[in-house]
Amino acid sequence: MTQATMASGAAAATPYNDDVIRKFVLAATFWGIVGFLVGDFIAWQLAFPALNLDLQWTSFGRVRPVHTSAVIFAFGGNVLFGTSLFIVQRTCRASLWGGSALGNFIFWGWQATIVVAALGYVMGITQGKEYSEPEWYGDLMITVVWVAYLLAFVGTLYKRKEPHIYVANWFFLAMIITIAMLHLGNNLAIPIAIFGGTWWKSYEVYSGVQDAMTQWWYGHNAVGFFLTAGFLGIMYYFVPKRAERPVYSYRLSIVHFWALIFLYIWAGPHHLHYTALPDWAQTLGMTFSVMLWMPSWGGMINGLMTLSGAWDKLRTDPVMRFLVTSVAFYGMSTFEGPMMSIKAVNSLSHYTDWGIGHVHSGSLGWVAFVSFGALYYLVPVLWKRKQLYSMRLVSYHFWIATVGIVLYITAMWISGIMQGLMWRAYDSLGFLQYSFVETVAAMHPYYVIRAIGGVLFVAGGLIMAYNFYRTIKGDVRTEVPYEAPVAAAAR
Amino acid sequence: MAVLNHIVEILRSFWGLWAMTFFIGIVLWAYWPKNKAKLEAHGMIALRDDEN
Repeated sequence: MTQATMASGAAAATPYNDDVIRKFVLAATFWGIVGFLVGDFIAWQLAFPALNLDLQWTSFGRVRPVHTSAVIFAFGGNVLFGTSLFIVQRTCRASLWGGSALGNFIFWGWQATIVVAALGYVMGITQGKEYSEPEWYGDLMITVVWVAYLLAFVGTLYKRKEPHIYVANWFFLAMIITIAMLHLGNNLAIPIAIFGGTWWKSYEVYSGVQDAMTQWWYGHNAVGFFLTAGFLGIMYYFVPKRAERPVYSYRLSIVHFWALIFLYIWAGPHHLHYTALPDWAQTLGMTFSVMLWMPSWGGMINGLMTLSGAWDKLRTDPVMRFLVTSVAFYGMSTFEGPMMSIKAVNSLSHYTDWGIGHVHSGSLGWVAFVSFGALYYLVPVLWKRKQLYSMRLVSYHFWIATVGIVLYITAMWISGIMQGLMWRAYDSLGFLQYSFVETVAAMHPYYVIRAIGGVLFVAGGLIMAYNFYRTIKGDVRTEVPYEAPVAAAAR
Repeated sequence: MAVLNHIVEILRSFWGLWAMTFFIGIVLWAYWPKNKAKLEAHGMIALRDDEN
């Protein structure tokens, strides 16, 4: 194996702080695999309940938040921290505000929060609020780290030498500010220790439908700002970077940004159709969700059309394939979402596996794929290697993970729609045709298919980790290279 | 003062309209033909990084 270490010839004008970015990249890879594995474990539990091992610590209810927190906040969070702090330094041509000290504080603070939260979940300590399960002390840790992150990000923006703030940074800043607001609003809770109870439990200040609405104001905007705006920031930097051409339309990106910001915050009530939430609020949530289709597709078009004139890269660059496929999945799941928010559709889809399938086409197809693309771009750059260890392995990862996603979402579409139809089926006498347990039994084959899809997704993650390990070591795999785009043009 | 409060109250009830006007303003500004060259040039920022 030859050493691929690159002699950094270019005189670096700005001393970017890449040390902390490297840490985030490694942590994202680690937590990604942990999160995917835990998810697949509970997928097999649903197919074969004996796998809960008859232990409270490994039961579905406790492990499920470990999966969601690990993939959203540990994997997604480390990806967002790493990419945003990489991008803001470069597009501002300024080094990280607060330097390594603040960067390391954010890094270790976040990892500590993840571990504290996850240990709590398996011990049975939870707020019981979806995607916001950490108890009050975990919420305080998140707040401290998040404020440090805001300072580092805004400080770097303030130091910028580039007069204009590049659009990717707008999306990141919107994410940081909105998540701060959502986190504080949704986690207003009083520890019962004040009243002589335990330190490990708190209760929300809201109750009833106000609590439900606050929860889904938080929950849906965590999707909208953490998993969408943040990762759009990644798209607006790494797609142009990898395609070596500017974004298709910078003006469209401005409209995309403002339309998304104006609309997303109102969509939360679609999680509460046909509940005690007032009808007007449900209709408001539905209407804004349907309107969101437009900025979402505007953004998708902007991402995809950036490739215009460079579509051959899809064939020759598997990293580009990850990025482009992620944008396609973004378009698909942002069509599916508004459709499912329509009350008539929701009456069939809500509480079924269709929702789980929708979430995973967004999270695996969009969030994870755009992250993989960014990570594959970042590793050689950050460790100053000329290239990845193997592009063929990137391609294997791509196809294995893609087949995994397709198995996952098709299985969940079928089982979800079947479940919804079975729940509402009446016999000729007006009785419900199926008992609940019959609907559960009917879903078994789809649970198995979904879990197999998950195995493939985990396998892809392991291939990526191996590729990173060898790249960082400085190895280059002996393999048939993909034809260079230039050579293809000269043909 | 009471009159001023009253006016503010009336204006505030049209918040949807003001937000929409603001948004349409952004779209007009973004797509105003004279601004095209300046705005599209910002797209090059990502490609002008120091080292790669």
